[in-house]
Amino acid sequence: MRITQGTFSFLPDLTDEQIAKQVDYALAQGWAVSIEYSDDPHPRNIYWEMWGMPMFDLADAAGVIAEIRECRKAHADCYVKLNAFDSTRGFETMRLSFIVHRPKQEARYRLRREESAGRLVRYTLEHV
Amino acid sequence: MNRTFDLKALLAESGVGAVLDELDAELVGLAPVKLRIREIASLLVVEKARAELGVAGTKPSLHMCFTGNPGTGKTTVAMRMATILHRLGHVRKGHLVAVTRDDLVGQYIGHTAPKTKEVLKRAMGGVLFIDEAYYLHRPENERDYGQEAIEILMQVMENRREDLAVILAGYKSRMDTFFQSNPGLGSRVAHHIDFPDYSVPELESIAGRMVAALGLELSGSAREALGEYLVLRRNRPNFANARSLRNALDRARLRQARRLLEAGRVDARMLTTIEAEDIRSSRVFEAASAAPSAEEATC
Repeated sequence: MRITQGTFSFLPDLTDEQIAKQVDYALAQGWAVSIEYSDDPHPRNIYWEMWGMPMFDLADAAGVIAEIRECRKAHADCYVKLNAFDSTRGFETMRLSFIVHRPKQEARYRLRREESAGRLVRYTLEHV
Repeated sequence: MNRTFDLKALLAESGVGAVLDELDAELVGLAPVKLRIREIASLLVVEKARAELGVAGTKPSLHMCFTGNPGTGKTTVAMRMATILHRLGHVRKGHLVAVTRDDLVGQYIGHTAPKTKEVLKRAMGGVLFIDEAYYLHRPENERDYGQEAIEILMQVMENRREDLAVILAGYKSRMDTFFQSNPGLGSRVAHHIDFPDYSVPELESIAGRMVAALGLELSGSAREALGEYLVLRRNRPNFANARSLRNALDRARLRQARRLLEAGRVDARMLTTIEAEDIRSSRVFEAASAAPSAEEATC
């Protein structure tokens, strides 16, 4: 099953040149770009691991692409996504976020989430 | 293979001619520097024509080293360099990231690499200007983290040539020792440009521009006084070319302000004119007349 999540999720995976253009756009808007990875791409999982610090004050996409490549190499069996954070007052949130790398074999397991009393969520691990 | 190229038109098209002319017009002296920059510009234009023809060679390495005494315009030229390289399409964005040792070297183990990499990421697509680069290497401390920063820097200078140009700057003698102890770094820098000291007439013409930029002017006698001042000041220790000149003019402005306040009522001409007495009350003249070899007072 192919995970669809974030911007461009129903398009074929972007090439590095296309990713670089998106990063350039985000930088031109003054957004700070960061890279995260996780083995659980469920939309309810908001705790992705950070790949280094968010990159502030960049002017060019080359540095980001290099980081993405390194992250892919180190976590080939994880999902890697790219976030662009807008710090303008009123937004102060991600304005752009998309997956830049997926594992060869997607969805090897899933977490069944069960909401119960209060805000409690129970998880069950299921292998697919 | 019968295509012909109008290199002049290619140069004009890139808009770099305007930047070079600006460089000639706005920077006094520095003939060897301007010559070298023109050569680099020509090289890039020729490379561009070659690329259009399809004989694509690798991008030339444009890492540079600016050496020269303080106040000879190294930083100013580096700023221009970023614009020139951008117009010629060598770097994509054309911004300048100016750093010193503090921005590259960390305080504890494992701090240096991320710090250096972050700076390099910020400089991608532009020019990285490392002022007083020799501080990166501390020969007296073999565990100094500077060496780590140098290694990362060398790697990026070699592998990411198309992404950024690195300019190292510093005083000539210390840069030479720095390159001797880091031969790898020296060999990766293709262009060593030496900034000569300014002569007195050049300094005078710089003074004219500085004063004009402040909306002031020098009276005829003040011009003469400044000429004498520069001859004396040049032979004193700690002479920092244009920087010393700017400090001298700042002090002259202070004296002028005091003089005007004492005068009480002034007209527009007096407000915008620096007189000879503002310059002649400098301690440099006093020291010169009292003892020719006095070396304690420098201003």
